[in-house]
Amino acid sequence: MITVSNVSKHFGDFTALDDVSLEVPDGSLTALLGPSGSGKSTLLRIIGGLEWADAGSVVIHGDDVTNVPPQKRGIGFVFQHYAAFKHMTVRDNVGFGLKIRKTPKDKIDARVDELLNIVGLGGFAKRYPSQLSGGQRQRMALARALAVEPKVLLLDEPFGALDAKVRTELREWLRRLHDEVHVTTLLVTHDQEEALSIADNIAVMDNAHIEQVGGPRELYDRPANPFVMGFLGPVAKVDGTLVRPHDIALRTQPDAGTREAQVMRVSHLGFEVRVDLELSDGKPVFAQLTRYEAAQLELAGGDIVWLALTGDSDARLVSEDDRLDAVA
Amino acid sequence: MSTRIALRTAALGYLGVLVLVPLAMILYRTFEDGLVAFFQSVTTPAAISAISLSLTIVAIVVPLNVVFGLVTALALARGNFPGKGILQAVVDLPFAVSPVIVGVALILFWGNDGWLGGALPVIFSLPGMVLATVFVTLPFVVREVEPVLREIGTEQEEAASTLGASRWQTFWRITLPAIKVGVFYGVVLTVARSLGEFGALTVVAGGVAGESQTLTLLVHARYIDDHNTFGAYAASTVLMGLALVTLVLMALLERRREA
Repeated sequence: MITVSNVSKHFGDFTALDDVSLEVPDGSLTALLGPSGSGKSTLLRIIGGLEWADAGSVVIHGDDVTNVPPQKRGIGFVFQHYAAFKHMTVRDNVGFGLKIRKTPKDKIDARVDELLNIVGLGGFAKRYPSQLSGGQRQRMALARALAVEPKVLLLDEPFGALDAKVRTELREWLRRLHDEVHVTTLLVTHDQEEALSIADNIAVMDNAHIEQVGGPRELYDRPANPFVMGFLGPVAKVDGTLVRPHDIALRTQPDAGTREAQVMRVSHLGFEVRVDLELSDGKPVFAQLTRYEAAQLELAGGDIVWLALTGDSDARLVSEDDRLDAVA
Repeated sequence: MSTRIALRTAALGYLGVLVLVPLAMILYRTFEDGLVAFFQSVTTPAAISAISLSLTIVAIVVPLNVVFGLVTALALARGNFPGKGILQAVVDLPFAVSPVIVGVALILFWGNDGWLGGALPVIFSLPGMVLATVFVTLPFVVREVEPVLREIGTEQEEAASTLGASRWQTFWRITLPAIKVGVFYGVVLTVARSLGEFGALTVVAGGVAGESQTLTLLVHARYIDDHNTFGAYAASTVLMGLALVTLVLMALLERRREA
């Protein structure tokens, strides 16, 4: 378990973290999700000992490590740009931590071989990082971090430098790896889909604060505030109520509580159909329909329809926040 | 196309007239009378003393400037301290100040009538020549290493620290291998400049043959004072040869480490 209590950090006039507290449960895969500049990487680096907190404490597995250097925290850290040791082979990269700990060479070799097999780099031991693809380099970096059997694994945007396809593959792979290895893992990301798809637990950060902590479903269905709602998924705004666009149903006849709107454009995005509408007060809004719903309605630009809010009413927020007008 | 050829010809011609032809003339004059004459000229007691003095200075100056250069480059690239801007400017000072001025300044400080009142035997002896050479070659390692340090960033070092490496282990195992190309060029430039230093040495070295006369001073003395032009050419050739040997040795060393 990682326990962060009341941590603050300033860089000159900039407040990166303002009295932040967080608990990362044992054996979980927790995501720190937020836009760039929200303080999530700074928090991760403070937990790892690569940055010092101005105030507050960090406890890892019962040990107060607030003033402990990174060497003695028992952590594994993976960087966005791999931080591969360019002048060393894959074998030497992965074995680095063990060599520093003066582990006998035969034991290092055995452990490195085992790890390279786990991360799928079995035949690559003699290569140099420059001979690997981005995805392979990051798997090597992960093996290197795991080699020293860290108490916690800290990942700073680990897939951020990879292209979309490799990113998706690698995050599914990481989830499977975590299910095998069970090391307490904290992952920083700005990609809500990544957080939702692999994390057990998500802490959403904005503007030096943690806004909400919870499971993926809980955060998506019961966001604590407009920011969390908007960051985790698309939001439509109907008369001051924030709602998920897939919770908007379209009717061809008026009914109690429905709201009149004109169809501006219908976009077919595979399974999803996006309908851009204009409310009678001139405000734009969009609805997400399945292709079957859309087919039944036979919508076309210029049609008049009636909106009904369906789905889980907990996923709605009354917004006084104009920032979300842009999202909607 | 024709402009490109014209430009290339102009550039080569410029280099040729300025650098290649004069150097080639020295080589021609040196070996004009055969190898024996050359050999005799560069093995006189004064010549041997000058060669060994020049090499001694290089052997002392290079390690000093490598250590100083690494520490300073690390401070400039990684550190954040008051006076950093001043340090940046001071490091470049030897590029801006004429070596003759360096020599005069050293005498003002260390000489018999200087601040230290000649407490230590520096001027007209080896320590003075080393000091002068250290001064004029100060920026090379710093200026070659600093940009490389900035380029490699701190992530590899941070990764090493999270894997348990102490600062010292990180420096030897991660930082130094990553910046070795910069160090290599810094050393080559320092060696070449140390061998070739003349202005500051004419002031602080006594220039006594067999005692405080470096190779450059020997060339000058033979040419100007002794009117021994052939001897001057021969000594010049040795000087160029030493610089060339340095370059080749370092390149070989570099290649062997990489293999």
